[in-house]
Amino acid sequence: MENYVNLFVKSIFIENMVFAYFLGMCSYLAVSKAVKTAIGLGGAVIFVLSITVPINFLLDSYLLKPGALSWLSPDYENLDLSFLSFIMFIAVIASMVQLVEMIVEKFSPELYGALGIFLPLIAVNCAILGGSLFMQQKDFSGILESSIYGLGSGVGFFLAIVAIAAIREKIAYSNIPAPLRGLGITFIITGLMAIGFMSFMGIKL
Amino acid sequence: MSKKLKQISEKSLFFISKSSEPLFSKKNRALLSDPLDDNNPITVQVLGICSALAITVQLKPAIVMTLSVMAVMGASNVIVSILRNLIPNRIRIIVQLVVVASLVALVDQVLKAFAYDVYKQLSIFIGLIITNCIVMGRLEAFALGNGVWKSFLDGVGNAAGYGFILILVAFFRELLGSGKLYGYQVIPEAIYELGYVNNGLMLLSPMALITVGIFIWIQRARNRKLIEKN
Repeated sequence: MENYVNLFVKSIFIENMVFAYFLGMCSYLAVSKAVKTAIGLGGAVIFVLSITVPINFLLDSYLLKPGALSWLSPDYENLDLSFLSFIMFIAVIASMVQLVEMIVEKFSPELYGALGIFLPLIAVNCAILGGSLFMQQKDFSGILESSIYGLGSGVGFFLAIVAIAAIREKIAYSNIPAPLRGLGITFIITGLMAIGFMSFMGIKL
Repeated sequence: MSKKLKQISEKSLFFISKSSEPLFSKKNRALLSDPLDDNNPITVQVLGICSALAITVQLKPAIVMTLSVMAVMGASNVIVSILRNLIPNRIRIIVQLVVVASLVALVDQVLKAFAYDVYKQLSIFIGLIITNCIVMGRLEAFALGNGVWKSFLDGVGNAAGYGFILILVAFFRELLGSGKLYGYQVIPEAIYELGYVNNGLMLLSPMALITVGIFIWIQRARNRKLIEKN
């Protein structure tokens, strides 16, 4: 139990998708002008990540890993399909995103309108594919562990995007040098936030 | 009969020489040079930030990444542009993803075979070229509506604009962070003996963001029409 909690905390704070690995930066920069849309996008990312990471974990451990097909017949023991993992992962992610898109369109047209182009673009949000690729690299032992990792990274992204959106809402009232307005200052604030998040790095879990 | 054949052969070549426009006309050259400054994918279009920041600690991975992205973007723009009239609009994202994913798998295997140490350094970021918004963004915005040669130029041009920023950031981070360029020591020992110390913060991730932020500042101060309203 304890190591699950550790993994959860670690994936939110210490290995934060945005601040430690810069994943999902594109939508992070583009959809962070208002807190409300940021919450919508963050929620969608949490949902998609916590579904796709476990599915891809199952695919990886029963289909793609070297020797993963040995449950079918002992002849396949030396088969290594891991070169297919990019295509498999992205196919799972793209179809899940399509599903989420349909659900959001049906139940909350308001949110659907606000997210606009960024909903289909969750499919190409690096944070989602990055979650699956990190999962493959970390060699998790079970499906529970990988689901917790997916959920945790999603929450980390959610925190980051909501925090920057709140800062950007306030910063609209301050007097920034003209060439730095918009994108430039957002980059620098994100850098400062990342320095703040680095203080978590010392924690050993 | 021969006339018909000629027509067919002309049709089959339609994507190479549709019009009599020279290969490097002014418009086509602009496709290559615009992304370097006025329409830079990273600092203006805000595409492809993720990888730009994570692999710029040293010059070598940055250069390898630039070449990989250039190969993937050139090839995928050409393929999608050839297929552009055949892809149904509803499933175009999945089709594009499959094209890009197979090209990236190819690049991944090539790097694994010929440049293993860089491959290890880049780790998951090779795979993340698939979701690099720059690739998808250009496919959506350009290749789906333009001819093959133009799409190729657009792909290579945007990859070059992306690589330009990547290499610039990597140059400063490696120089100030570890006193080296491309792995070779460039700051002489004598300066260290005078009390110069490498700036360790440059090697950490936050400084990548701040460096890019400063580049954006410089670019917009020079080119004032890029300034945002808010």
